Amino acid sequence: MDKTISEKIISSHAGRDVYSGDIAVVDVDVVMAQDGTGPLAVSQLKKMGFEKVKNPAKSIFFIDHAAPSPRKELSNTHAVLRQYAENAGMVLSDVGEGVCHQILVENFASPGDIVIGADSHTCTSGALGAFSTGMGSTDIAVGFALAKTWLMVPQTIKVNFNNIPSKGVYAKDLIIYLIGKITAEGATYKTLEFSGSFTKNMTIDDRFTISNMAVEAGAKAGLFESDEITKRFLKSQGRGNDFKEVFADKNASYEQVIDIDCSMLEPIISMPHTVDNVCSVSKIEKIKIDQVLIGTCTNGRLADLKIASDILKGKKVNKNVRLIVVPASKKVYLEALKKGIIEALIESGAAIQSPGCGPCVGVHQGILGDGEACLSTQNRNFKGRMGNPDSFIYLSSPATAAYSAIKGYISDVREIL
Amino acid sequence: MAEQKNTTQKILKGKSFKFGDDISTDLIASGRYFHLRSNLPELARHVLEDADTEFAGKVKQGDFVVAGRNFGLGSSREHAPIIIKLAGVGAVLAKSFARIFFRNSINIGLPVLICDTDKISENDELEIDLSKGIIRDITKNIELGFKALPDVMIKLLNDGGLVEHITKNKGFNL
Repeated sequence: MDKTISEKIISSHAGRDVYSGDIAVVDVDVVMAQDGTGPLAVSQLKKMGFEKVKNPAKSIFFIDHAAPSPRKELSNTHAVLRQYAENAGMVLSDVGEGVCHQILVENFASPGDIVIGADSHTCTSGALGAFSTGMGSTDIAVGFALAKTWLMVPQTIKVNFNNIPSKGVYAKDLIIYLIGKITAEGATYKTLEFSGSFTKNMTIDDRFTISNMAVEAGAKAGLFESDEITKRFLKSQGRGNDFKEVFADKNASYEQVIDIDCSMLEPIISMPHTVDNVCSVSKIEKIKIDQVLIGTCTNGRLADLKIASDILKGKKVNKNVRLIVVPASKKVYLEALKKGIIEALIESGAAIQSPGCGPCVGVHQGILGDGEACLSTQNRNFKGRMGNPDSFIYLSSPATAAYSAIKGYISDVREIL
Repeated sequence: MAEQKNTTQKILKGKSFKFGDDISTDLIASGRYFHLRSNLPELARHVLEDADTEFAGKVKQGDFVVAGRNFGLGSSREHAPIIIKLAGVGAVLAKSFARIFFRNSINIGLPVLICDTDKISENDELEIDLSKGIIRDITKNIELGFKALPDVMIKLLNDGGLVEHITKNKGFNL
């Protein structure tokens, strides 16, 4: 029987043919946790009596959520991760290296893999054709210990992104539009499989943005087939040999198929306090903003920073706005430096922060004041997300964010394109 | 099923605290208390604070969180179900749950029940028989059913959670 991408990858890791609805214990290729979830994974590992992990070379602790640490309590939990990683021979990605999801795609996740991570946006690696999903610390502790987990094989919703979007419309607009259409629980327990003619014209960074936000529709994974674009990216990371063809069978069975004509879409934002509360920028009233964040695991990659700097170059950020830019990884940061992107951003008035999650998690580096509004390229705008329940978070593409930073209110970037 | 014990055999009793739709993990365990994740009893004093500032002070051992759709959406932070449990909550009842929160809850032994929560009001006295699958609203004198858990999750709950399952079986035995 023909299979979806999820059914194929899970079957290959279960050692038998499985289909949606089946339960399988599977081998996992990559396991990770970050500094918010890792310490609890360590205590669960110790509770189970595991001082070592099954596959240390692909078991990773990322210190990215509160990096560098803003408080002694967090410095102490960072020390717990460093210590356990050293004893177990695991990989440690420390302060300054960047956001876990970006480093996973640069160095660890490969097409056809099963990747599990104690972070909900682990679905990002789905852009490479890996079945990659987020879990809690206890599941991840077991994953570290045994290099196994259990999964229910998900049903799949196929999303066809067809036709080329018009100017000013980016991957971020596409995925926000989709979430608005199917709601924040429209894909709960399911895989989103992204296809359609436009996926062949996307950059790999576009795909990362889209897969990253699959979980905002409740999805377990957000998968692309692997192709020449995937191959080129892996080669650029010195991992050409990790390429493998991953695709769905012709007659695979889908729970539903959603066709989106990208040429009809406009720049779009998510309004407070849910991601599926969407509105076209052309239809909103004047919304003043106090802070703009460009970065995070959703939109902190080179292509995103380039789009923002092209808009901000030679211009000044509005005097009432603080622009914070956080490159997703050290690699991205260095590339952006070489290309003059960082310089242009700084000259426009941006504050650049070291690679990591930045203010998205509400821990440090840009917590909002009472009543303040932030336009961010992050993936989530829940009440209190950025450290203050009395603030307002709007989500957009890097282009909308950069142009709005100049204007001082949420603006339609098509005015200057 | 004769050997079922622990969580699934218990009869839970308590009062209902009502919440709306889309209660995110940020509302349950806010990022501004990130530094308290290494001090769970302290973090539990802020449970659900951004959804209801008074909840943590009012909830009593055995009470229930009764919510709408998509409870627990967002982050994978297992601290969210852990502090709900630590605050004394006997079970979370909702119309639907986000995937990771649901799985985390089972792993740590917090009953999560899918039912028609519109029928339950704030402050109702509830009695829940987990093994029979019945929620009794004593205040309203009605009975509600809830959706059965998948077999694998019942196994995990019966073992006392995932850590206990793995320790007992020296690996997965699902």
